[in-house]
Amino acid sequence: MNHDLGALADPACYTGPTVLDNWSTQSLLDAMKLMLRIRFAEEAVADLINSGEAKCPCHLGIGQEAVAVGISTHLRHSDRVFGGHRSHTHYLALGASLDKMMAEILGKVTGASRGMGGSMHLFAPEVGFHGSVPIVGATIPIAAGAGLAAKMDGRGDVAIGYFGDGACEEGVMHETLNMAAVMKLPVVLVAENNLYSSHLDIGLRQPANSVGRFAEANQIVTRVVDGNDVVAVARAAGELIDAARQGEGPGFLEAVTFRWRGHVGPNEDIDVGVQRAPEILEAWKKRDPIARLWKSLKSDRGATVEVFRAMEAAARDQVKAAVETARAAPYPEQASLLDFVYAPMGVTV
Amino acid sequence: MTRLAYCDAIREAFEYCMDKDEKVFAIGQGLWSPWYVGRSMDNLDKRYGKARVIDTPVSEQATTGIAVGASLLGYRPVVIHPRMDFMILATDQIVNQAAKWRHMLGGKTSPSMVIRGIINRGGEQGAQHSQALHSWYAHIPGLRVVMPATASDARDLLIGAIQCDDPVLYIDDRWCYEHEEDVSPAADITLASIRPTLRREGADITLAAAGYSVLLALDVAEIVKQDGISCDVIDMRMLNPIDPALVRSSVAKTGRLVAIDGGWSNCGFAGELIALASESLEPGQWKARPQRVTLPDSPAPTSKHLEASYYPTAAGVAEVVRRSMRG
Repeated sequence: MNHDLGALADPACYTGPTVLDNWSTQSLLDAMKLMLRIRFAEEAVADLINSGEAKCPCHLGIGQEAVAVGISTHLRHSDRVFGGHRSHTHYLALGASLDKMMAEILGKVTGASRGMGGSMHLFAPEVGFHGSVPIVGATIPIAAGAGLAAKMDGRGDVAIGYFGDGACEEGVMHETLNMAAVMKLPVVLVAENNLYSSHLDIGLRQPANSVGRFAEANQIVTRVVDGNDVVAVARAAGELIDAARQGEGPGFLEAVTFRWRGHVGPNEDIDVGVQRAPEILEAWKKRDPIARLWKSLKSDRGATVEVFRAMEAAARDQVKAAVETARAAPYPEQASLLDFVYAPMGVTV
Repeated sequence: MTRLAYCDAIREAFEYCMDKDEKVFAIGQGLWSPWYVGRSMDNLDKRYGKARVIDTPVSEQATTGIAVGASLLGYRPVVIHPRMDFMILATDQIVNQAAKWRHMLGGKTSPSMVIRGIINRGGEQGAQHSQALHSWYAHIPGLRVVMPATASDARDLLIGAIQCDDPVLYIDDRWCYEHEEDVSPAADITLASIRPTLRREGADITLAAAGYSVLLALDVAEIVKQDGISCDVIDMRMLNPIDPALVRSSVAKTGRLVAIDGGWSNCGFAGELIALASESLEPGQWKARPQRVTLPDSPAPTSKHLEASYYPTAAGVAEVVRRSMRG
C-alpha cells in the first residue's frame, strides 16, 4: 500500500465535478439537501458562538459534509453510529433532529441529550446515532462493541465509528483494529483525515499521511477516498458496509477532507496550524463538496439555479427556525444534575 | 443451604445470570485458561461456548470499550480484568465513558455492564501485581463500586451487578477465594437496595471495612474478645454510591472507630469512613480519636521480608483497637 495520499492531499486536485455514477437525480438532490442543511447549521452555530449565546466547545464540520452524508446513504436505523468531538455532520447526516441539536448546543432541556451534553455529546438512537464524545479515539472500541452486539443479534446490522487522523495516534485505535479483525466484527471505522489534529499538520505528527496503513497492517479491507466527493465516499462505504453486513468482518474508510474552520470555534484561525497557510485554506475551498456536486447536477442532470436557490432557502429557513425554537426552550431542571447519574433503582425507565 | 467457597460462588453467579439471560456474556484475558482467575470461571467457556465466554488479546482498553459498546446495544457484558493493576489501562473507558455515558447523554441510555477487577496480591508479586485501587474508582459518580467480603456476597453482588442497568465495578479479592459459607439458593438481586451490614455485633468499638478487610476485622474481633472488648464489624459492601447510615449509627453507639483498608491512606476509603462518621457525630460523642489502618505509603515490595510488614495483620489491628479502647 502506498502510505502517501499524493493527489488526495493536494487541494489543486479533485476540484472538478462529482462523478455521479448511476445515482438517481432524487438521491443526489437528497444528498445535496443534507449537505446544505449541515453547512448552514454549522454556520448558524458559528454565529451563536460569536454572539456569545453558545458557550460549549463547538467543533464545526464545514467543508467535511460529504463524508457522513455519503456513508449515511447506506445506513438503516438499526445500525449503530458513534462519533467524536466533531460530530454535528454525523448526527445530521442520519436525519437526526436539527431542532434538538441546536437546543443541545444552547444547553436546553429539549436538546438531543436533554441539555446535559452540549455540542460534543449528541444522542439520537431513533436514527441510529448512539453517542459522541470528545475523548479522542474513545468511541472506536465502543463502535466495535456495538458491532459485536450486532453480530450476536445476527440481523446484519453494522456499526460505524467516526474519528479523525489525530485519533489514529491513540493506542486504543490500534488495539481495536486488531480485535475487530480477529473477532471479525461488523464495524466500519471511518477516519476523516482532514490533515490536522488541533493545530498540528499531519506531517509533523506521523511519518506518512495516509492513516489507512494502520488498518492494512491488521488485514482489514481499506479504502482511501476523496472525502469531498459524496458519491465517491458512498461508493467506497457501500462496499465496506455490505461486506460487514454479510459477515465478512470490519472495514476501514479513510476519507480525505479539510475543515474550513479552526479546530474549535467559529474562526478560520489559519494561523494556528503550523503549516496551515491562508492560501491552503483558499485552495481547499475550491474542493468544496457542495459546489462540486452542484456542478454535476447542473451539467449532467439539468438542475436549474432556481432549484438550488430553493433548496438553499429551505435549509436556511429550517436552521433559523431551529435556532429560534432552541432559544425559546427552557433549561434542564436542577434535579437532573443528580437524577441522571444512576438509573433509578438500577433500572432504566 | 449449600456450603460454598467465595470463588465458586462467583462462578455460580455467572451460571445463574447466563442461564437466565442470553444477553449476558463474559469477556477478558485468560477466560479460557485454567489458572488466570482461580476457579472462578472454570468451564464456563465449555458450558456456554466461546462466543459467550470470550478470551481476548492483551488489550484492556479496547476490550473494555467493546463491552461498553455492546452494553449500549442491549447486552450485559462482564469484562474481567484478572489483575486490577492492568485495569488501569482501561480507565478511560471505565471513568470517562461508562461512568459518564448516562449523565452526559441525558439519562436515556446506560452502559449495563460489569467490570470485574480482581485484587491479586502477596506472594512476592511486587509493585505492579498487588494493587487494591477501589478508592480511586469509588471517587467517580456514575460508577457503582461493590466489594464482596463473603461467599454469599461474592455471588449475590455479582448477580446484582449484572442485573443492574448502571456500570458496576465489581472487585473481588483472591485472598477471599477460599472463604466458605452456607449460602441460600441464588436469586435476582436489586443492587441499588444493597446496604452496609453488621457482620458481628458488639458494644465497645466499631470496625468498618470492605472486601478482604472485613474478614480481617472479624479475626480482630475474635482476638480482642480475649481482652473483653466487643466489636461492631461493619461490612460496607458498596463503596459507591456510599450509604453512611450504619457506620454513623454504630459509632454513635460505640464512640470508637477503626477503619481498616487494604489501600493507601491519603484520599482513601478508610479516611472516607472516618469522615462519614465525623460529619454526623457531635464532638462529645467520641470516646477516642478515630483510627485508620492502611498500607504504608509505598508501592508493594517484592521481598517476603518486606512484604511481611506491608499488609495489615489481625494482630496489628488488634493492637490499634486496644489503643483506641485506652482512649
